Amino acid sequence: MRESSLMRSPMSLRNAAIKCASALLAFAAFAGIAAAAEEGEGLKSAQTNVMNTASLQRGARTYFNYCSGCHSIKYMNYARLSDDLKLSPEEVLTNFAFTGARIGDQIVSNMPAGGSQQWFGKTPPDLSLEGRAKGADWIYNYLRSFYVDPTALVGWNNTVFPNASMPNPLWELQGMQTAHMAPGKPGEPPTVEKLEIAHPGRQSASEFEETTRDLTAFLQYVGEPAALQRQPLGVWVILYLALFTFLAWLLKHEYWKDVH
Amino acid sequence: MAKLFSTIGDWITERSPGLMPMYRKHMSEYYAPKNFNFWYYFGSLAMLVLVNQLLTGIFLTMFYKPGAATAFDSVEYIMRDVEWGWLIRYMHSTGASMFFLVVYLHMFRSLMYGSYKKPRELVWLLGMLIFLALMAEGFMGYVLPWGNMSFWGAKVIISLFGAIPLIGDTLVQWIMGDYNPADATLNRFFALHVVALPLVLLLLVVLHLGALHEVGSNNPDGVDIKKKKNERGVPLDGIGFHPYYTVKDMFGAGFFLILCAFIIFYQPTLGGWFLEGDNFIPANNLVTPAEIKPVWYFTPFYAILRVIPSKGFGVLAMFASIVVLFLVPWLDRSPVKSIRYRGLGFKIALTLFAITFLLFGAIGAGKSAEWIPAIFGADADVSGIEMHFGWFLLLIYFGFFIFLWAYTHFGYEKTKPVPERVTTHA
Amino acid sequence: MANEGVNQGRRRFLTATTAVVGGAGAIAAAIPFIKSWEPSARAKNAGAPVLADISKVEPGQRLTVGWRGQPVWIINRTPSLLATLPAVEARLKDPKSELDQQPKFAQNETRSLKDKPQWFVVIGICTHLGCSPDYVPEIKPEPFDPEWKGGFFCPCHKSRYDIAGRVFQGVPAPANLVVPPYKFVGDKQIMIGVNPEGAA
Repeated sequence: MRESSLMRSPMSLRNAAIKCASALLAFAAFAGIAAAAEEGEGLKSAQTNVMNTASLQRGARTYFNYCSGCHSIKYMNYARLSDDLKLSPEEVLTNFAFTGARIGDQIVSNMPAGGSQQWFGKTPPDLSLEGRAKGADWIYNYLRSFYVDPTALVGWNNTVFPNASMPNPLWELQGMQTAHMAPGKPGEPPTVEKLEIAHPGRQSASEFEETTRDLTAFLQYVGEPAALQRQPLGVWVILYLALFTFLAWLLKHEYWKDVH
Repeated sequence: MAKLFSTIGDWITERSPGLMPMYRKHMSEYYAPKNFNFWYYFGSLAMLVLVNQLLTGIFLTMFYKPGAATAFDSVEYIMRDVEWGWLIRYMHSTGASMFFLVVYLHMFRSLMYGSYKKPRELVWLLGMLIFLALMAEGFMGYVLPWGNMSFWGAKVIISLFGAIPLIGDTLVQWIMGDYNPADATLNRFFALHVVALPLVLLLLVVLHLGALHEVGSNNPDGVDIKKKKNERGVPLDGIGFHPYYTVKDMFGAGFFLILCAFIIFYQPTLGGWFLEGDNFIPANNLVTPAEIKPVWYFTPFYAILRVIPSKGFGVLAMFASIVVLFLVPWLDRSPVKSIRYRGLGFKIALTLFAITFLLFGAIGAGKSAEWIPAIFGADADVSGIEMHFGWFLLLIYFGFFIFLWAYTHFGYEKTKPVPERVTTHA
Repeated sequence: MANEGVNQGRRRFLTATTAVVGGAGAIAAAIPFIKSWEPSARAKNAGAPVLADISKVEPGQRLTVGWRGQPVWIINRTPSLLATLPAVEARLKDPKSELDQQPKFAQNETRSLKDKPQWFVVIGICTHLGCSPDYVPEIKPEPFDPEWKGGFFCPCHKSRYDIAGRVFQGVPAPANLVVPPYKFVGDKQIMIGVNPEGAA
């Protein structure tokens, strides 16, 4: 009677499982580090969650009230917002479409390009992919880092994006933020030492944190709407592949009993 | 049902008698050494990734619109409006990076076990040609989305050809078909990426496998299994590729796909390593990205280029760093194939070479700006230290090949006796 | 080596199981590729309902509107045209519109909304091979039909339809002209592409 293969090599299933698990762990660690590295140096973490529909809805409301006047998100259309944000087409058109757009239209601002060039020195860029180009942390910190600057064309400056041609769109909510300047080294301009709210706005600090977090989450979603599908689907795909790999391993182990 | 299959089988065999013998020669009676380890998964994985690139690439071509005015928009169209377009795109971008990861590990296996040595020099050369074609394919593929990094990366790399004396500038303009990378460049890269280079790659892969099967596979012990055969002519240490390695490679494929699935579904940009943030901005010939750097798999060679201050010599060094790999079968004169039985000097040298390659990669990826101040303080002269460290690494990189030749040619290497039969850990 | 005691049953079982699970995965993996050929969100948005203004369409006149890449005719049928419908019934292939060529609310003699029978909304594509027929509303003998009571005539292969788009016998077209979903928005506008609320 041939001894069972498990007796002959009692460690092989355990060994294989250990090798697989450690490889996966090492890989997950690397992927985690790689992802973490994407967050900028010195930027506060945005801690957004695009899977939180309520957060996206609030973020969308903030976007359309404070940003859509100047900025387009031309790769998005209203119908997609209706589906992903779980709002009816009527709700979307009433609350978000101020330009007379239809449900299937792309989301484009009415800001005339020539005018904006004159008023701001630069045409406000399309924000469809800002979330992917800069990352959530950058956007979150940018929104919170405006300060009053009388020397700037638009009266505002920003520590995350110095000399951005953009006034603080959320000043009513955040309040008037000013900068404490520290004298620069000889021959260099003064630098911003810290920012503080000189006059409070309509929102408290924690309310404003939530507002900017939600707006950032919305822009992250706009950058990649598919994120809402790929995360849930990934669970099933990986579970299936784990099952298949396990079966394939059993099959391999069975045939390789012939060898040696 | 089985009778139907065998009838069809007989009908085909009558008209194409070579087919069944070909199946036996390349699958069920291709006797591969029985001691293949982890390093031997990467050949079949490379084929799996090639199939993935071809399939997903064909489907992307159904929706992508080549042209400076349309390309960027069409990629967003695929990501947002085409049903499952996002998945096809991510499978293609992840596959591209995994292709290079698998190929680099596959090449490293050959360096460790001496798979490039006689009689397999041709297999190695064909593999190196595949590597060259793959680099061209990857470069052109990256230009196609026409993001800002596509544009500037193309501009920098194509301008390297300007370093060639006399014909350089004309050559650069000829490649671009314009004075800058433009619509003309994009369209021709599209044709090359979708049709020409895939055909070249397929041909080279067929030749690579054909050449391998002519001489048989190497193994981690570097033992020639054909030296000891049984009375039926089957190598004692050989096992039929089918079913033993088809079944093992299927397991390897499953595990590999789990890794890929984690990336595709949870980290498709892999923190900017697989899909760079700057490429989500449309190409703009007036605004350069903060850092022009290639995708991770080109960074070692890009670093070699960058650490040499002269453009001409930098280009030369970069090309030399690849060309020298073609020469390895003739530089390495050791009769012993596998690292397991080679001298300590070889082990140390190969390890240093691998570390150097990785460090060059870090330099090419722009890590110096982060690491040098962290080690030497905020006031450190980053580019100076990077350059001098790069020269040191260059010495090790090319030194590896010089050392390999001298070490083996002059007989300094002290090898261990190679066993007659393969060793396994069972 | 070791061929004695090879458990063939276990091998066959494992091979079959792996093959079935792997096959299921391969089919599942094929689905996204196949579905990618479906109309994209952009195509679906472009195929969204179209609003047509009928305030200026006089009796007997026809308005043409594009919807999903096809010509949709909105015709204000006169009472005399509507009166011809019972008379031609005997010569039709599908007088009761039993084939599924129209929304449920249009499965009647006038092939239109019951409360607005004079308004005929129809896709102007012949059900034979796809040419666009001529609109021939005059009630007088024609070369292609001495007893012509008004309707549509396709010049390509001579198919004929009455003024409700119903196909005549003896012509190559197999079915009545297609009536798309539509509804009235007020009295002066028709939305093509959606059914009225509560109607099928």
